[in-house]
Amino acid sequence: MADLLLAYQSLFAFVGINGLLALSVYTTLSCGQLSLANAGFMAIGAYTSALITLRASGVPFIAALAASALLPAIVAVPLGLPVLRLRGVFLAIATVGFGEVVRLFFVNWDYTNGAMGLVAIPQRTQLWTIALALALALFILGRLRGSRAGYALEAIREDETAARTMGIYTTGHKLAMLALGAALAGLAGGLEAHFTFMVAPGGYAFGRVVEMLVQAVVGGTAAFYGPVVGAAFLTLLPEILREAGARLGLAPGPFRLLLNGLILLAVILYLPNGLVSLPSRLRRRSRGVA
Amino acid sequence: MGQQVLNGIFLGSIYALFAVGYTLVFGVLDILNLAHQAVFMLAAFIALALVADAHLSLWVALPAAVLAGGAIGIVLERVAFRPLRGRADSNISGLISSLAMATVFEAIALQIFGPDISRFPPGTFPDRVVRIGAATASLLQLCIVGISVVLMAVLTLLLARSRLGRQIRAVAESPRAARILGIDVDRAIAMAFFLSSALGGAAGVLFGLAFNSISPDVGRGVELKGLAVIILGGMGSVPGAVIAGFALGLIEVFTVAHLGSSFRDAVSFAVLFFVLIARPRGLFGRAAAREA
Repeated sequence: MADLLLAYQSLFAFVGINGLLALSVYTTLSCGQLSLANAGFMAIGAYTSALITLRASGVPFIAALAASALLPAIVAVPLGLPVLRLRGVFLAIATVGFGEVVRLFFVNWDYTNGAMGLVAIPQRTQLWTIALALALALFILGRLRGSRAGYALEAIREDETAARTMGIYTTGHKLAMLALGAALAGLAGGLEAHFTFMVAPGGYAFGRVVEMLVQAVVGGTAAFYGPVVGAAFLTLLPEILREAGARLGLAPGPFRLLLNGLILLAVILYLPNGLVSLPSRLRRRSRGVA
Repeated sequence: MGQQVLNGIFLGSIYALFAVGYTLVFGVLDILNLAHQAVFMLAAFIALALVADAHLSLWVALPAAVLAGGAIGIVLERVAFRPLRGRADSNISGLISSLAMATVFEAIALQIFGPDISRFPPGTFPDRVVRIGAATASLLQLCIVGISVVLMAVLTLLLARSRLGRQIRAVAESPRAARILGIDVDRAIAMAFFLSSALGGAAGVLFGLAFNSISPDVGRGVELKGLAVIILGGMGSVPGAVIAGFALGLIEVFTVAHLGSSFRDAVSFAVLFFVLIARPRGLFGRAAAREA
């Protein structure tokens, strides 16, 4: 078991980091808002912690990580106030715009070496750091479910106008979830930066947030642990099936993309509540037959 | 000055052509078709393969690639959009399923053409320079502007005058009322996708010719520009997309000339952001009820 963990250390680390990122998309989805700003928040978190580690010696790693979660959350508030008035597709587009602005900011900022980014960041992230962060995120989101705030979020997701009529402070709840999502994305960015030794603006493009969304949806957004399941599934599956892809004559890059696309399509068409709804669905079907 | 206006119109014509199809589908279905950029990219590759490998003339390859783009659009609608129709969250799930199709299309292009930049063989288009007043333009640029304008004019006429156009507009207004009036709603939507994707494909071929570089991720940058255009023009408004497309092209060229090329993309997002916050329905969008 220990050997296995060691051999596939980086793979498991990416499962954890991707899990955090998928959760960051889930937080806003849980109140019915599709926000795609998370690659931008992730970039802010990654750069913040990397700059602290590289330019301010002596600051403990835990403080750098805390900053990587805190700063994106602070940025999320002034962004969210005007943007969260938009709904559905309009919110998605506005937040895509924000993400790109953040990326372009880092491309043009000479202090962080522009498009080249920061390199030679010391490796501080351990597998257990990631596991701990993921457990903490799951704990918070799990506790939220069934609480007063959790029910308020569900009400907003089902019908925002009705929720407001019931006296729920919709703006505050949506803003809090946007900030929480930003914190999770920033934390994941900080963890990743201290695991892969580098940050560069190219890693936080539109494709990155699409990846997070895909993993969250494939896992299922009806349950708080769904996004983590999706992240684990989509991170591990291409590795497991690599042999099969090679036998079909597909290069690893296209094979991974094709697999992602087909799985996402199958899930959205036939399993709208994601992979986590599969067991109960199968049970119901077998009961129906019997 | 004149030169920059010319360059801006040239760039804007491609943006407008891409965005017209984008906005047409949004107007009909209220769904953002994120696979539009993948159709753009595939059509460019199809034209390239026809010219470079099948040694066809560009004037055969261009219409063929446009029709292929339209056909891909019909497949896209059948696979990714029709099964979701009637589902409560269809505008978010449609966005996600179109994303899935975009990923599949990109994987196909990556497998067949490889990740590197492909180029049209030299001599695909005569290399000639035309002088207009103090400004110069290549013959290719003028043809691109001409073809774009003609295609957009054809679409506008089709939507305004033809039976199909009236059906598509009726479905955009209210699918239920359209069905009661005896319109084959599924067929009208499929045709809207055909038109949208054919125009997107045409934009792809022209973009590929203009910059002579095609790669599987070529559509991604254009997709975000297209979003800025349809937001500025008003979601669902075809004339809005045309005007906003040219406007964005001009804004971009002038930004590069006066602020430097690193601000080029930032401008589109600044436009997108401020329009969404100040006037979410854009220049020509329908009233605010659509926001909900």
